[in-house]
Amino acid sequence: MARVWIFGQDINTDQIVPGRYAPYMLKNEADLRNYPFVEHRPDFAANVQPGDLIVAGNNFGCGSSREYAPLALRMVGVGAIIAPLFARIFFRNALNLGIPCFTADLTGVLRDGQMVELQLEAGQIITETGECIQLPPPPSFLREVWAAGGIVPFYRTHGRFPGEAA
Amino acid sequence: MREGTRFPHIPPEFSYGLGRSPINTSRAHGATTNMQTLSEQILSRAAGRTVSAGDVVTVNVDLVMMHDSLSPSIIRVLHEELGAEQVWNPERVAVVIDHVAPAASVQTAEKQADVRRWARAQGITHFFDVGRGISHPVLVEEGIARPGMVIVGSDSHSTAYGCVAAFGSGMGTTDIALAAATGRTWFRVPETVVVRAHGNFRPGVSAKDLGLRAARELRADGATYAAVEWHGVEQLTVMERMTLATLSIEVGAKAGLVPPTGLKLPVPEWLTLQEDARYSRVIHVDLNTLEPQVAAPHTVDNVTDLSALGRVAVDVVYLGTCTNGHYEDMAAAARLLRGRRLAPGMRMLVVPASAQALQRATEDGTLNTLLAAGATIGTPGCGACIGRHMGVLAPGEVCLFTGNRNFRGRMGSPEAQIYLASPEVAAATALTGYLTHPQELG
Repeated sequence: MARVWIFGQDINTDQIVPGRYAPYMLKNEADLRNYPFVEHRPDFAANVQPGDLIVAGNNFGCGSSREYAPLALRMVGVGAIIAPLFARIFFRNALNLGIPCFTADLTGVLRDGQMVELQLEAGQIITETGECIQLPPPPSFLREVWAAGGIVPFYRTHGRFPGEAA
Repeated sequence: MREGTRFPHIPPEFSYGLGRSPINTSRAHGATTNMQTLSEQILSRAAGRTVSAGDVVTVNVDLVMMHDSLSPSIIRVLHEELGAEQVWNPERVAVVIDHVAPAASVQTAEKQADVRRWARAQGITHFFDVGRGISHPVLVEEGIARPGMVIVGSDSHSTAYGCVAAFGSGMGTTDIALAAATGRTWFRVPETVVVRAHGNFRPGVSAKDLGLRAARELRADGATYAAVEWHGVEQLTVMERMTLATLSIEVGAKAGLVPPTGLKLPVPEWLTLQEDARYSRVIHVDLNTLEPQVAAPHTVDNVTDLSALGRVAVDVVYLGTCTNGHYEDMAAAARLLRGRRLAPGMRMLVVPASAQALQRATEDGTLNTLLAAGATIGTPGCGACIGRHMGVLAPGEVCLFTGNRNFRGRMGSPEAQIYLASPEVAAATALTGYLTHPQELG
């Protein structure tokens, strides 16, 4: 089971990882795993478990290009991020790192701390009462990148970009 | 046991920003047109075929920019994950040390030394070290970023290159590494949102106010996955256009272009403003009545007329960044500061966007005026915009910032307050100690 972490709207990358906690600024870059939401939500990094879900409001990940924001989320094992709209650089970075992102507004459907099961292949969330929430399927060319585990393994395997003819 | 399937709310007309636009898709002009937006013209050329909004295309890039903050990770992905020994073209990969310049710690100094060695070994011709300035103005000043190009940069404000009608777009570590390795990247061709300015700025009002006014209307997500075109601003200099281009990312845009009209640069003949192109949305701003705008903490779209705010006491005024650290911005501040002194207890930090801007300000006396008023000058570069050095804010401090982001914790303590405004408002505020309309000082 995965825990649901609810976040508000317009969560920017400075809230995910402040620039002062960039790998560039750290003695030990592996410490990045301690810093997702270090100031915005200090209980997150200490309690998040692999597979947990981030369920956020509109415009998640707006702001800077820092890939270390989604990287920090991947380091702690975030299973998927669900928001009505993702800022585009964040979305590309998350895609490139192989973090599934679904566009849906579940902030009023799920509650913080709720335990659910994510069935990634089917694109479904099963709640503790057995209720099934169907997530909108991403376009096939994005699913291909997720399936490969990110853009680097995708490119190395296929020798082409997403959406480009084989 | 499953009791039922619920479908979550999916915004209409939106599917991952890849099918159709999240924004209103009504046409602002005729229903059928062969006219193209600036983004469509540039991406068509780069793709080698005619493309239009919504198409997913792989394009050749003209220039890849990487900056110090992400360069160590880009270099690692390039060599260790992609297995590339060489960048695709060392004359088309620019490397700039600007985000922590000069180095503020042993860690950043060591990583910058690694980047320098790497750039030398790769034969990178466009390497700009500490003090040359922020990547965006530097690449424009050097003539490396030019009209009609596709430019991808590791900094989100790479929309800046739209000031010379280039398609500039910010990307993260992995995308930039892939572009540097292959000379290519993929895009979904964006819809275009037009901000159409009418008339002329009143005294004390400038490009920043237009940009913030647009953010007020479009909101932080209003141009997500789209491009912004800024029309009706032919009178602006290249760096004033950069103010608008950099603010485009603050409404979520992939690129932010000012048409090449009025540029004193060679413009490819195929690149023209085609006003009958299909735009997803057009907003109008009347410059004749535009007042100074202020983005209050903690979002860039939390914008109001300065005159609608009460008395806001300010501890520090910070003039700098790729948005408003240009020569024009220092000169605008100097016009107000000439012969006056900063308010008691006020600190004013000026961090020029580039060495060239600093040199010009030195030559014509602008710098002397700023210093005589009590301002202090930092090394050209990004300064405290990312809260890492050169003016980091303490808890409780209030900063009037000419930059582009006022997110909580952006410039230091999450307990600090950041207000965004123009260089004119910055100078007026530095003189009084509270948010001030430049006209109050005459």
